Parts: sequence; structure tokens; C-alpha cells
Amino acid sequence: MRVLIVGAGIVGCAVARELSAHGVTVEVLDRSAPGSATTAHCEGNILVSDKGPGPELVLQQLSRRLWPDVLDAIGDDCGREVADSVEWEPKGGIVVATTADGAEGLTKFAAAQAEAGVTTHALSADEAHAAEPFLTRDFTAAYHYPDDAQVQPVAATFALLRGALHHGARIHPGVTVTGPVMESGVLRGVMTTAGAFAADAVINCAGPWAATVSASLGAPVNVKPRRGNLLVTTPQPATVFHKVYDADYVGAVGSGDADLQTSTVVESTRGGPLLIGSSRERTSMSVGISMISLEQMARKAIRLFPHLAGVQVMRAYGGFRPYVDDHLPVIGADPRLPGLWHATGHEGGGIGLAVGTAALLRAQLLGQPTPMGADDFRVDRPALLNGSGVAS
Amino acid sequence: MTLIAIVGAGPAGLAAAESALSAGANVVIIDLNDSPGGQYHRQLPEDYHAANPERVHHDWASFRKMRDTVLSHPRCQWLANTVVFNLEPRPDEVPRLHVATGPIDSSARQRRVIEPDALVLATGAHDRVVPFPGWTLPGVYTAGAAQTLARTERVGIGHRVVVSGTGPFLLPVAQSLTDVGADVVAVLEANTVTTVARGWLVHPHRLAAHSNKLRDLGHYGWHHVRHRISVRTGRAVVAVLGDSRVEAAVIARLDSNWTPVAGSERVVAVDAVCVGHGFTPSLELALAAGCRMTSTVAGTFVAVDDAQLTSVPKVYAAGEITGIGGVDSADVEGRVAGLAAAGGDVPARLAQKLAAAQHFVGRLGDAHPVRDGWRSWLEDDTTICRCENTTFGQLRTAYEVDLSLRATRLATRAGLGPCQGRFCGANVDALCCAVSQSDRQQTEGTPAAAAQSRPIAQPVRLSEIAAQPDD
Amino acid sequence: MSGWLVPAADDPVGRSDTPIEISLDGEVLRGIAGQTLAGILISNGVSAWRTDSAGQPRGLFCAIGSCFECLATVNGETDVRLCRRRAQSGDAVTSQARSSS
Repeated sequence: MRVLIVGAGIVGCAVARELSAHGVTVEVLDRSAPGSATTAHCEGNILVSDKGPGPELVLQQLSRRLWPDVLDAIGDDCGREVADSVEWEPKGGIVVATTADGAEGLTKFAAAQAEAGVTTHALSADEAHAAEPFLTRDFTAAYHYPDDAQVQPVAATFALLRGALHHGARIHPGVTVTGPVMESGVLRGVMTTAGAFAADAVINCAGPWAATVSASLGAPVNVKPRRGNLLVTTPQPATVFHKVYDADYVGAVGSGDADLQTSTVVESTRGGPLLIGSSRERTSMSVGISMISLEQMARKAIRLFPHLAGVQVMRAYGGFRPYVDDHLPVIGADPRLPGLWHATGHEGGGIGLAVGTAALLRAQLLGQPTPMGADDFRVDRPALLNGSGVAS
Repeated sequence: MTLIAIVGAGPAGLAAAESALSAGANVVIIDLNDSPGGQYHRQLPEDYHAANPERVHHDWASFRKMRDTVLSHPRCQWLANTVVFNLEPRPDEVPRLHVATGPIDSSARQRRVIEPDALVLATGAHDRVVPFPGWTLPGVYTAGAAQTLARTERVGIGHRVVVSGTGPFLLPVAQSLTDVGADVVAVLEANTVTTVARGWLVHPHRLAAHSNKLRDLGHYGWHHVRHRISVRTGRAVVAVLGDSRVEAAVIARLDSNWTPVAGSERVVAVDAVCVGHGFTPSLELALAAGCRMTSTVAGTFVAVDDAQLTSVPKVYAAGEITGIGGVDSADVEGRVAGLAAAGGDVPARLAQKLAAAQHFVGRLGDAHPVRDGWRSWLEDDTTICRCENTTFGQLRTAYEVDLSLRATRLATRAGLGPCQGRFCGANVDALCCAVSQSDRQQTEGTPAAAAQSRPIAQPVRLSEIAAQPDD
Repeated sequence: MSGWLVPAADDPVGRSDTPIEISLDGEVLRGIAGQTLAGILISNGVSAWRTDSAGQPRGLFCAIGSCFECLATVNGETDVRLCRRRAQSGDAVTSQARSSS
């Protein structure tokens, strides 16, 4: 079986590795370089903490289980250094509420997550400060999620890609899809700036460009860009030890407002700089960091970690999460166009969900029993099929 | 009334301010230093109460006149000690500037938002230095550092100094050093006499407009003769020796590609080494604005038309960020930019001067190129990224794995430290020279893969970002 | 000792100096009003005041605020570029060490 994957971000490369490891002939196309778009402009989060009970959480739990296994397999196939380059860090997350309402909401949320199988427990004030000595004294509830983890997203993408190449996949960077290759109403490949590519299946992993790509193939899906900005501080001595969020993060992820939403996420990185995020804005895909998003992130970060007030920011960057109105990714065959599949729309969870998505898609493609129910991720949902959805 | 914001108060920025003011516009001119002049006209501190500043200042009388005309003009607002930390593009409008005023890198600076009708970027350049073993030892400085300290602080950085690099700038640097009492052991121009001569002497009539530079050259030449400073071509410091600071420099003869001639190395005891391999333009604000860049053999610069207009409407660029050409080019480019930003027409005489300036920029690049052979000066443990201590060996290993500049930078953190790639960016790009076409492409709609993409252009504290701007 | 300030009497620019004092890690250093903090360190023979992530000494490099080599803590504020900060009498400079990773 020959498969074309459009998009060499984390999801495309995870799918490439999974399929090629199962004997599929895989070619990956990307309009630029692998891991150069959304994947390169994020934190590398693998989170269970921000997901309430539902299909996305189930997919994340699957994916979280698979990540270390996939890295082991890559280590075996491509060498330890490749696996180590991913900087896998199961550092865990702490979610903190700073208001009475926030505490109530967080407690309910955590209880529901626990029922859905997420490992989480409340931290007393002493426990929270033992875990994070610089955390504000002014919080109302704190929960620890030991399963939250971190990777260096571009390194992870390249490791997955190398795993795919090891199993015979090929990568074509700098190639843009321009249209379909059709045969009796079935998609049999794509036309590109480098000529035609033939395949039995084409998988749309184009992230914020998923709408553009799918439209060019005649079956548009309404995936939209949702801008997120991050601040990077100058290198600091270690003062933050987990991913630490305020409980607002949960609300921001689940909202649909086009307007700006911010909530605090603070974590340290190797080398010393702290990452501070994160904002969510439905804006056009023009370059530029909105000052107001930075202002809100800064204020909230200082509220969570007062010592950060004096820390210098040396860089800001932002990327575009691929976003679906109903906040679920799309994974599966496109009923409108035989031969077309989608694995995209992961919004802010792409890194974490990538390997679970790949396992699910592989099972669907090869007609095998799926590791979880995929109905909620199907293509023919109103949120995906309404509107033109072409990225502007 | 048109408000023109000018970032940078060096020769280009001041000239832009002067012409914009004379065309009737309001001007706000911004610079991170506490007094105007940029590098070329960097002034002695006021607190030195210098009676004879012209002794260290180029063209003091004419600079002082321009400075006073511009800064005390009723339609000019002068923002000293001010950094533009974020340039925020706006759809169909001129970018918004977010600035902070106060002692550099302090906290609680005054924040302002400036929304101009037109913008002139004149952010200048900094020394480019190619790496070599020992270059991170204390006592190794840029050529510009030696001159800045000598001319504008009256501080000598070393008693026995070697100046090494490429370009006419090395000569005034050596003069500044001897003026404060340093013994300049040698001035080393890496390019061979053939390269330099070919660059300058071809079509001499086209340099007629720049005869003043010949006069300058004569002046520096005479200074060097008088002080018995040895000026050698086709030579460079290829390594520095020392335990915890500079103790000696290894000087080698170079072929025309900058590769050391085997056996030509000599060790010379020095206590300071000043290096300048040309200049790197400060492009971060232009990149943040979305300006298209142009690549020449001399590097990457902001692309401008004959009115110094960039690819972004109402955003102009002048001076070294459009091409390294020194003070005269900066002056005429600034004049054109300021005039055009204010809605004026560029008179024919000025357009001619601009053409001559552009020609000079090209000649400078031809006569003093940076040639690839510097890569052979490196050892595996030579630092490439000074901020993050990424070595040549680490860089090479990471790049060979994935052939991706971005992955290499993220894995080795080269360019991700406090200077954000200002000093290592061009060198990292050159070392990972098997760059694929797709690596160079900018992915539309996402921040550029360019090394210089820095939406936060100058560091700012979280508390300053969190604070409300003043109106 | 490398590094010196040209004495006012020998300086053709005709200075009239106002002496000031700063400290580096508690040690008093003399300079004159108008100098940058880096300039005072250099002219007192101090060419390194920072430790990098490899434990090596670092000081000044570009002197114009572009390279971020000369960082130190000034009166409690971290990451200050000494080459662009004018010295005020009484400034307390403390050196920074970058931890290795």
C-alpha cells in the first residue's frame, strides 16, 4: 500500500513512522522543512492535566502510554542519541487556582478527570510549596498531574521522521500540493509544485493549512488557525520545577471566542530560560506579536510566581494551532472523497496527541481493530464541514 | 500633521530627522544611547566636560550643528535611553512601536506606545566577528569596542594590541588605540592586496564622488607610518592563546580564500586582540515589520527602492541596514528616507548622490569580502555561539544528523541565548553550509526561520511588560 | 595590568573629571562621572566579571550593547549590559555565574 502524507509536522511524522513500521510505503510532502511551522513554535507539551473527560482525553491517555514506547523503538532503530535528542521529560504538572471560584472549578474538574482514569491528587499548601518553592502563597487549590510530560518538539519530529525513514519512508521538503489526481471519482494522488505523486491514500496532516490543502483536493475541512504566543526569559537559575498552570488554562482551551484569552503556563527549560505562555487568539496568519497578549501573560505569570517580576524577557514567539470549532481533532477517512484521510485539528495538543493519532489512523487505514473509538473524530461533523475554512 | 518615527539617531537617523523636519513633518527620534550619533558620531560623556571634543570626534562642527538643529527643533521629540522592545505590525497601518525609556536594562522604565504615520528604521550595525580558537578569552574585543572605549571613554583596552579583520574601519580603530597610548603591534587585513585593490581600483571614475575617503585613507596611512604601525594584508589572527585571558595571538598568512598558509603561523605576545570582519546589520525591527530582505555577498539587508521605501508601506530604511557603506551613504540614505517619509520628492541631485552611495556600498563589499577559509581556523572545541557555548564539533554533529538549521539551533541552542543570534547567526548559517532550499524558505504565516527574527527586539522585564504604558 | 583611563592631564580633549566610586562584588573601584560601568571595570584592570555556562571567565566584547557578553547585576537588577549603563557613584555591581546544563 502506498500512502502520501501532506505535512511533516509532529503529526505527519508520527503517522509516517507508524505506517512505515507496519509495512506501508510512505512518502511525506511538506511545503517547507519538516517541523518548521506549528511544531516549531510551541512548548512541546504532552498534557493530561488540561483535558476533561471525553474523547480527546482518551486519545491523550493512549498517546501518553505510547510515547515512551515509540521513543524506545526509535532508539532501537536509529540509535540512542536520536531518541535522547527528543529531551523526553516526564516532569509532571501542577495546576493552581487563585480564587475561590477557581478552586471550586478545579476541584470538580480534577474529580471528573480522576474518574476518567487520570492520575491526579490535591496538594496541600506545604506540599505545593515543597514542589514549587517560588509559587505564590496566595493560591486556593493545587493539583498535581504526574503524567504531564515535555519533549523538544522539533527534535521529536525529526526523531519520528528518522524512524519513518529507517522503515523506508521518503520525505520531500519544499513541495506544495496544488490539486488532486483523480481516477473515477477516487483520489489517487496529488499534483504538486514538483509534479504528480501517486498513492492509494492521501493523509492530510497539514495543521493550520489543513483547510487549504483539503480545499485544493476538493473536500474542504474547517480547520482554522488559533494564534498562541509565548515569552522566553533570559537564562535563570532553577526556580520552577514542573509545568505550572493557573486553573484559567482549562477555561481558555475550551472556549471558542475569537477574542484574546490568556492563562498562565510557566515552565523551565534545559539551558535555563523559562517559557511563559500562553495566549489564544483567532487572528489572521500575519506575523507579529500582539502586545496585549504579552501584557496579559506577563501579569498572570507574576501573579503565579511573584519572583518573575524582575526577570528579563529576551524573546517572544508564536505559532498557529490548528483549531476546530468543536475542539476535537479530525482523524479518519473523508466520506466525501475516497482515498482522502485527515489527521489534523489537534489545536494545542498536537505534540501530546501525535503518536496516539498515528496508532488510531494506522488501525483505521489497515482495517485493524482500533485502540479506541474514533467516532468523535470523524470527518462528517458540522464543525468541520461548515464554512469554507480556508486559512487567510 | 504627519508623525514620523525614526529608530536610531546615528548618521542615517539624524539625516532622516533633519530632512523630515525641513519637509514640515513632526518627528520622534529614538535611540538606546543617552546621546545621539550612533557609532560614527559617538560622543564623549557630558560629565567629561571636554573642552576640545573635536580632538576625538569626526567632523565635530558639522555634527554638532546637525545635532542641535534636529534635537532642539520644536517639531522634534528626542527619546534618549529608549529601546523599541516590540514592533507590532498592524493590518493596513504603519507598525506600532512599544518603547521603554530609562537606564538600559533597568526595571520600571517608562513605557510608551508610538503610532506613527511613517517609520524610518536606521538601526545600524554591529561588528561581525568570525570565530577562532580562543576568541572568548577576556581581552578579545571587537574592533568597534576598542574604538568606542578609546574615543568616547578615553579608556585603553590593552598595552600591546593587534587589530585583525577586514575593511577600512581597522585603520581608524588602530589610530584610536594609539591615541590613548596603546602600542598597536599590527593591523592585519585578511584579504590579499589583490582582492582589496581589485575591489577598489576597478572603474575608478565611479568612485569620483568619494574622493574624501581617499583623503581619509591618506590621513590614517600617515598616522600609521608615524606611529610605525605595521599594516599587513593577507594576514589574520587565527587563534588566541592564554589561560584565563589573552596572552598571545597566533598570526598566519592567508591565501585569497582566507585559508592559512601552512607554516606561516607566528606567535606574538599581546594583551588585547581587536577583531572586526565587517559588519552585521541590526535587522530585528525590519524583520518584525515584515520587510523583505535582499541577499548579497556581503550579507542580508533590508530591500529598499530609490526612495528608501521597504516592501512595507510607509516603512523606510536607511543606513547600514540597507547595505554597509559607512557615514556618507548613511547620510544620503537618511536624507532621502526622511524626505520620502514626509511625502516629499527626492530632488535629482540627491538621487544622484544616492546612486553614488549605493555604488560605494557594493565596492566595499567587493574589496573586503569575508571568505570561507575562516572555517579552517576552527577546532572541534572552538566556541561558535558565545552565549550558549556551542562548539564547532557540537554544531557539526547536530547538523549532520538532520540537515536542518532549525533543528540544529534548537538542539545545540546556538543563537538562542541572550544575544539571540546577533553574533553567531551568520556564522552558524555558513558552517551548516549544505543548507537545503526548504531550510531557507520562510513558511508563510509563521515567524521567519531567519536567524534574526526577534519579535522582542530588546530585553524587557516581565514587570515592565505587565505595567501599563504611559500616554 | 591591561586597561587604563587616560589621565585628565594627558588628555588632549581637555577633561575636567568628577571622581566616583563603584563596587564590584564588594571591592571598591574608582572611576569618573560619565564612564560606563564596563569602562570603570576595564580601566581598573578588570577584564572578566562573569562566568559562562562552561565555567569560563567572560567580560566585555562589543561595547555597544549588541553582544550581551558584559552582563552583571547592578544594584540588585540582573542581566544589565554594563557597557551601556552609565555609572552612578555608589553603584554596586555583582557578578553573575551561568549554571551549566
